Amino acid sequence: MIFFFFGFLALVIILIIAAIGGYNSLIQIRNQVRNAWKQIDVQLKRRHDLIPNLVNAVRGQMEFEKGTLEGVIQARAAAVGATTVADSMAKEDVLSSALSKLFAVVENYPTLKANESVQPLMEELTTTENQITFARQFYNDITTTYNTKLELFPTNLVASSMGFKFFPLFQVKDAAEREAPTVDLSLKK
Amino acid sequence: MSEPILTHARNILEQQTHNRRMTWCIVGCIILLFAFIGLGFDYYYLGIFNSRAGIPIVTILALVISIIFAIWSLQSGASAVLLSAQAVPADPKDSDQRQLLNVVQEISLASGLPAPKVYIIPDDDPNAFATGKDPQHSSIAITRGLLTTLERDELQGVIAHEMSHIRYYDIRLMTLVTACVGALVLLADISLRGLRFGFLSGRGVRSKEKNPLGIALLILWLLTALLAPILTQLMAMMISRKREYLADASAAELTRNPLALAKALQKLENASAPTVAIKRGIAHLCVVDPLGKKVNEKEGFWAELFATHPPIQNRIMLLKSMAYQYSR
Repeated sequence: MIFFFFGFLALVIILIIAAIGGYNSLIQIRNQVRNAWKQIDVQLKRRHDLIPNLVNAVRGQMEFEKGTLEGVIQARAAAVGATTVADSMAKEDVLSSALSKLFAVVENYPTLKANESVQPLMEELTTTENQITFARQFYNDITTTYNTKLELFPTNLVASSMGFKFFPLFQVKDAAEREAPTVDLSLKK
Repeated sequence: MSEPILTHARNILEQQTHNRRMTWCIVGCIILLFAFIGLGFDYYYLGIFNSRAGIPIVTILALVISIIFAIWSLQSGASAVLLSAQAVPADPKDSDQRQLLNVVQEISLASGLPAPKVYIIPDDDPNAFATGKDPQHSSIAITRGLLTTLERDELQGVIAHEMSHIRYYDIRLMTLVTACVGALVLLADISLRGLRFGFLSGRGVRSKEKNPLGIALLILWLLTALLAPILTQLMAMMISRKREYLADASAAELTRNPLALAKALQKLENASAPTVAIKRGIAHLCVVDPLGKKVNEKEGFWAELFATHPPIQNRIMLLKSMAYQYSR
């Protein structure tokens, strides 16, 4: 009889430890998911702060490309002033496409490209766009790990009883964003 | 050089799982070998299992010594390695190095790890290595040759490869494996010397092992002790190669651009001079073998068996298959 009692006790203790372990790992990953989401904001803010510098550096030499430059300035102002999350995402996407037009224009003017102050700033813009992309990619990766853990047995038992919810993956909302962009390098008069 | 053959087509994630699994299989074999030799020593020479309170002293001692050695080399290893390669911290004022620092920042974001310290090595041959006991205390060193040879996306691939070594604690793994190899070689050496000093006729065994099975086992144990140094070195190199494949697949996952790393590896293979500044002891941490083409180009079974890195053409083939660009 004693053996059964101790065996049962040992089993209960093991189950409790497993449940605690599962709960703790869910908490850890959920916090990483929230952090990853906020990191995207960090990168977006960095882009906002950087753009005025680029504009100033190339302003003098790009009188003839006023339209493109003004497009970037306006898109940035709109993105900074966005209200809801959905609104913010839409406006950030508009800013991204305005910036890619700017990249195309700079490629078209070799003297501008070789300009010493433009080069490091183009590099900074490239890295900013890359960092935004990688921040989103990491958010998706860690969210996938978290969502998977929520569904795996036996962690799903802990998850459902302790109120852990699924997080959405980062998605492209605007269908037009999925199409290949057209690059028009003709000079605008 | 013969064209490598793709036997199993595995995607980015499957490759990582496969390499991780193979690593632990080989580590298991090393542990078994260690246990076999150590326990044999205790059994045959010290008659440990005969007495009631027998503990395998020598095995435990060897284990403890190798763990102490591993911990010590993990603690002090990173700075020693950087010093020996004459590494200098990266300067953000230089435009190439600024780009390098940006790329490291990008890959840190993609992997969710803190950014490692970045160093430059004054060597024209392109190569890179990562060091450090865990992601919070890690460093990456790049040769000047690598900075000038590679494009931005290729540099991203190489940095992602190095950060994958950090991410999967490869430095720690290889340090422990090396320490185990050292302890095992020592153990095997003592075991064989023991023959000469007549350990066998001591408290041990000779009187007891009259039956042929017992004698056969004894002979097997002595043979294992004889072959142990070569076998463990081989297994350590196999682990090193699997971790290189793992780092390649993980880099492809981080950048989602396997072809960029494939292009970088092709450029590194063509620039075939050995990297003088990187000493041999840290070869397994580098992205390509610093001993250069003359080792990698040697055809044949033996050359590949003892190499720290897999053949570059194999790595390129696997990367291309991850990009769905290679089929057989």
